[in-house]
Amino acid sequence: MGDQGDVTWVGLILSLSLIVIAIGVSLRERLGLERDMIVSVARSAVQLLLVALALQVVVDPKTPLFWSWLWVAGIVVFAAVTVRRRAPQLPGVLGIALVANAVTAAVALGLTFGLGIFPVDGRTVVPVAGMVVGNSMKSCVVVVTALAGLMADRRPEIEARLALGLPGIDAARPLVRRALRLAISPQIENTKALGIVFLPGAMTGLILAGVDPLDAVLVQLALMWIILGAVVLTTATTAIAGTRRLFTDDQRLLRLARAPDA
Amino acid sequence: MADAPLFTFEHVQVEGDERPRLDDVSVTLPDAGITALAGPSGAGKSTLLRCCNRLEAPTEGTVSYRGDDIAGLDPLAHRRDVGMVFQAPVLFPGSVADNLRVADPAADDERVAGLLRRAALDPEVFAGRDADSLSGGEGQRVCLARTLATDPHVLLMDEPTSALDQAATAELEELMRALAADGVPVVLVTHDEQQLERVADHVLRLRDGHIDGELEHRHG
Repeated sequence: MGDQGDVTWVGLILSLSLIVIAIGVSLRERLGLERDMIVSVARSAVQLLLVALALQVVVDPKTPLFWSWLWVAGIVVFAAVTVRRRAPQLPGVLGIALVANAVTAAVALGLTFGLGIFPVDGRTVVPVAGMVVGNSMKSCVVVVTALAGLMADRRPEIEARLALGLPGIDAARPLVRRALRLAISPQIENTKALGIVFLPGAMTGLILAGVDPLDAVLVQLALMWIILGAVVLTTATTAIAGTRRLFTDDQRLLRLARAPDA
Repeated sequence: MADAPLFTFEHVQVEGDERPRLDDVSVTLPDAGITALAGPSGAGKSTLLRCCNRLEAPTEGTVSYRGDDIAGLDPLAHRRDVGMVFQAPVLFPGSVADNLRVADPAADDERVAGLLRRAALDPEVFAGRDADSLSGGEGQRVCLARTLATDPHVLLMDEPTSALDQAATAELEELMRALAADGVPVVLVTHDEQQLERVADHVLRLRDGHIDGELEHRHG
């Protein structure tokens, strides 16, 4: 204990001190964030400890790779369910997010392993899928939430375009573009800030493990580009397919219920 | 009055959240002049108007346009043929000319100028203006010019003067009359009795989703 990369249980609890301060600020300013913060801390602890136990099994070279792939499938389903929870009023959003995340994850993993960035084994499949799907899910959640809000609030603008004879997807395009920009820009900013604001984990880990820094950088770059591409593809597919479902066959805009969280 | 009906509603029902927005409506709208749909708010005027360009679809019954069931027409072509001006001017980002080109992407400067003139806007002054900088009355006339850019044969207007002052209202009414005289029938939703007196050739009254009385003919 106490070596580099190790955290004691006491250390783990002390790491909550910033959270305690943040909860104090939330209570004082009546921001109403304290409950969400406590729930997220508790969930992260339970989930990650369970994951650690499961990962110990999956990364064991004796465990068949099948279990890693099953785990990846679980990640994809969880991501789609999360996206749906944020915008249940969008028709068919679960299926759309499921297909978009599954296809992009398959392509991204195919590239990662096909190009030999990492070997296909229990140590790599789940973490790489987690990075790809995790980032895509974040952007998907933002895009569906923004879309649901914009489509309800800006109905007159969409109908004005429909009334000029534009098809639904064209009538909604400026709003789709806006939602996409909102969802994807954090990932683009992350990629731009690479090496300046934050040093990515995979690269740091490889260098610490003794890999040549140039090789480590190449791996990191390839990973970031694959993640950026995956995020854009998943989010754009979800937004466009989701928007199409908002129009009837005769190009009328469906009436959406208000978002529960909005 | 022309002989073929413009729109024919047969037992049209449009369900709403609490009660039907249109309840078993059967009526024929004439193919000439300005037909006003009048009645208190919530009467179903706008719903009836929106059924004419299929922004709204009946739950039951049929709406026909010059004898053809609208449900069987290509909705995009139909909407270009039956233009609509909404209650509040909805302007898209960009210049006035950009707005017109949403409706007609191929419109050259001359065409843009012609459309603006039809809406009583000086092209020299307005074509390059940012759509955000327009007054309510100017914005509504740009919306009219934009609607005319699809060369519609009918014009639907949903309380287009309700947000305008007296002078802007008078200008828009004059434009409506000019279009109707030009052979473009106008269906106008209004709750303003004085406006009815000023512009309507035919009046259809609605109440609680029903037709209230017969279609009245005015102005000869």
